[in-house]
Amino acid sequence: MLDYPSLKIIWWLLVGVLLIGFAIMDGHDMGVGTLLPFVGRDDVERRIVINTVGPHWDGNQVWFITGGGAIFAAWPLVYATAFSGFYWAMLAVLWALFFRPVGFDYRSKIDNPTWRNTWDWGLFIGGAVPPLIFGVAFGNLFLGVPFQFADNLMSTYTGTFWALLNPFALLCGVVSTAMITFHGAIYLMHRTDGAVYARSRTAMMLFGGLLLLSFSVAGLWLWQGIDGYTITSAVTPESLPNPLDKTVVRQAGAWLANYERYPATMALPAIAYAGILIAMLLAAQGTTLAAFVASSFAILGIIGTAGASLFPFIMPSSSDPRASLTVWDSVSSQLTLNIMLWATVIFMPIIIAYTSWAYKVMAGKVTAAYIRENEHAAY
Amino acid sequence: MLSEQLVDLSRLQFAVTAMYHFLFVPLTIGMTWILVIMESVYVMTGKTIYKDMTCFWGKLFGINFALGVTTGITMEFQFGTNWAYYSHYVGDIFGAPLAIEGLMAFFLESTFIGLFFFGWDRLSRRQHLLVTILMAVGTNLSALWILIANGWMQNPVGAEFSYVTMRMEMVDFWAVLFNPDAQAKFVHTVSAGYVTGAMFVLSISAFYLLRGRDVEFAKKSFRIAAAFGFASICSVIVLGDESGYTVGEAQQTKLAAMEAMWETEPAPAGFNLIAIPNEKEMKNDFAIEIPWVMGIIGTRSLDKQIPGIKEIREKNRERILSGMEAVVALEALRKNPADAAMKAEFEEHKADLGFGLLLKKYLVDVRQVTPEILEKAVADTIPRVAPLFWSFRLMVAFGFLMLGLFGAALVYSLKGNFADKPWLLRSALWMLPVPWLSCELGWFVAEYGRQPWTIYGVLPTHMSVSTLSVNSLYGSLAGFIGFYTILLIVEMYLMVKFAKLGPGSLGTGRYDNEYAHA
Repeated sequence: MLDYPSLKIIWWLLVGVLLIGFAIMDGHDMGVGTLLPFVGRDDVERRIVINTVGPHWDGNQVWFITGGGAIFAAWPLVYATAFSGFYWAMLAVLWALFFRPVGFDYRSKIDNPTWRNTWDWGLFIGGAVPPLIFGVAFGNLFLGVPFQFADNLMSTYTGTFWALLNPFALLCGVVSTAMITFHGAIYLMHRTDGAVYARSRTAMMLFGGLLLLSFSVAGLWLWQGIDGYTITSAVTPESLPNPLDKTVVRQAGAWLANYERYPATMALPAIAYAGILIAMLLAAQGTTLAAFVASSFAILGIIGTAGASLFPFIMPSSSDPRASLTVWDSVSSQLTLNIMLWATVIFMPIIIAYTSWAYKVMAGKVTAAYIRENEHAAY
Repeated sequence: MLSEQLVDLSRLQFAVTAMYHFLFVPLTIGMTWILVIMESVYVMTGKTIYKDMTCFWGKLFGINFALGVTTGITMEFQFGTNWAYYSHYVGDIFGAPLAIEGLMAFFLESTFIGLFFFGWDRLSRRQHLLVTILMAVGTNLSALWILIANGWMQNPVGAEFSYVTMRMEMVDFWAVLFNPDAQAKFVHTVSAGYVTGAMFVLSISAFYLLRGRDVEFAKKSFRIAAAFGFASICSVIVLGDESGYTVGEAQQTKLAAMEAMWETEPAPAGFNLIAIPNEKEMKNDFAIEIPWVMGIIGTRSLDKQIPGIKEIREKNRERILSGMEAVVALEALRKNPADAAMKAEFEEHKADLGFGLLLKKYLVDVRQVTPEILEKAVADTIPRVAPLFWSFRLMVAFGFLMLGLFGAALVYSLKGNFADKPWLLRSALWMLPVPWLSCELGWFVAEYGRQPWTIYGVLPTHMSVSTLSVNSLYGSLAGFIGFYTILLIVEMYLMVKFAKLGPGSLGTGRYDNEYAHA
């Protein structure tokens, strides 16, 4: 069995991998959903858009479910505190996600413009709302979240839903939405032709630009305008997790301290920028598959940057900083982390293998002819 | 202290969303295998009608599956949003099977369901059959891991409490995995799903036969459903008896309550076929008893006793008093972990900690317990008898009713003249809702019967909730009810529409009632 400090670090990385996997895989579906009402102007075009992700969205959504499950298993206190603290935000994500399974499956089963248009906007909500809210939630992590623990570690959130919607967090919501929509637009270019392709290309340029801008502004803001958190007591990675057993203070510039301490982490924002720019360039030239790989790297860079800035914090508490949740003290037992590591190591390659096969089987452009031939079977 | 209203609303929201979710799950579980059977026949015989059967029943399966996915995400969110203390307290054990479910099962099911619907023209026959099989395997494995998690709530093996981390921690993963409660629940639950799938196909096929349309298609579907359904209902009943046995070992309280057994009877105990339980006086006002049966089901012996409610209450009283000491020691240890005397005291009473926590419903400081409060806590340890007693009996009665139907359907299928038996076809049609009712009743018995605990003997329900405002709960509950009502209307509308259209909705030109807008 691996030692506890290594497992804690590995699980921080693995949760990162799952979140990045979610953003790359379910993210491009959500981007497609967000763009659906805009790049598809008539029913056939919209069916083209929907069917680019039709066979895959369901499998991709499991990245989200597994990510949630992994946080539950590896960081139970984070799962408990974040989901209950962000109660209304989480419900908004959940209710937005309701529109996806039914939207995809039910939309084309009835030939009525109002019915279909309603579900198209439902798919828009299911695509646009979750990335926006996740971005806003991430933004609030940098600001600190008002929660505290009782002696028995029962958590209480003392803020309101509206307090989550502050300017910096909303900017992070823009970063996240732009990132997902950009990625989705590139995927759509890869799988379509004609008018839908042309409109997706425009959306790609638009959201690529917005992403560059918002990511840069958020970085500057974080550097100049937001106090970070830092642990002031001795860090003991091998000890049993107890989030009340430390002292934490707010400190200007603390969110950038890791880049000085571990210069290698500078690679993450560099990958983000390079990924965005290369993806835009390649997509503009029509090299869409390579562009998709590049935008996936951009996602890795952006989420990695956020994670590396926060490290070792996961969820700082603004009202009782010592209760902040960190990679050292919010984790499961050594045995559980170890079992979960093995489960992930065994199953993740298998998942990637059959997912790749599914994409290979369904590869190629979705065209108007395809929709006509599969009138009753296609979404 | 947490308000009772908050706890009740949290429970209500979980019950509503879980029972709603389970309207869709059993049909998904059952239909996957029925699709595998139909498609296997297609691959073996090459007859197009079997492919059409796979596609048409697959279409209905898809309509149902969409809502299963929609409502399933709610369940995963809800442990965190509404049961935060539960998630912290047992996440170390409970979270693992949920995460593994995602990795091992749900990815498999969800990836291959896409290829099932869209891969017909791009895969060879054998490849597509493999896809369908993997989808079914994924679905069933998914149920396995969820029931391992649920089984642990009923019978929390392989874990220990740690006062440093203030939670339960896993000590033996294999014990959690091979928990007898989980295994018994798994086979019982998936078999119930198979019955649901079979009833669905049987009823709708009977509808076509009664109308005299799509006769060949309906006859072939009916036969498959009859055979699969008969095997499944036998398995539900036999394995249900098996879960009765494990309940007897791990959860005597639930057994005593659902059997309205107030006294410990000399072995082997009798089975109350019908009774009118009187909670106040702890006796049955009226009962028809079949001698010996309960003792045999519950203990697999003629000489082992099954404890009655009164005996269990007396034991629980002792455990609450001992648990009170554990709570006091634990609270002292949280303030000063080095206190050796308190540590010894805690270790001595640790096994009863959960029972001590029952007092937290009434007291912040458990040392202030009075005889009245103790009496209330003791009474809390027994779930209400009448709802369990009747739900269980109704579920069993429905089970035997379905055994009769599938038995008859199978016999006349073998004779080949079922299509000329309107009474049989009509019974099949009218019994369509029965498996759903049985499933819901079964879950009610399992979960209501676990009260007052979320984790039996470990964590009381009233401590498990998130510290939310009551208004938040009213708001979210209203939201769920609103969304779920609309979704149910939409789903039922589509399901009825396509069931009525029949295989003509495939637009192949081979069936009656071809889809109008083709």
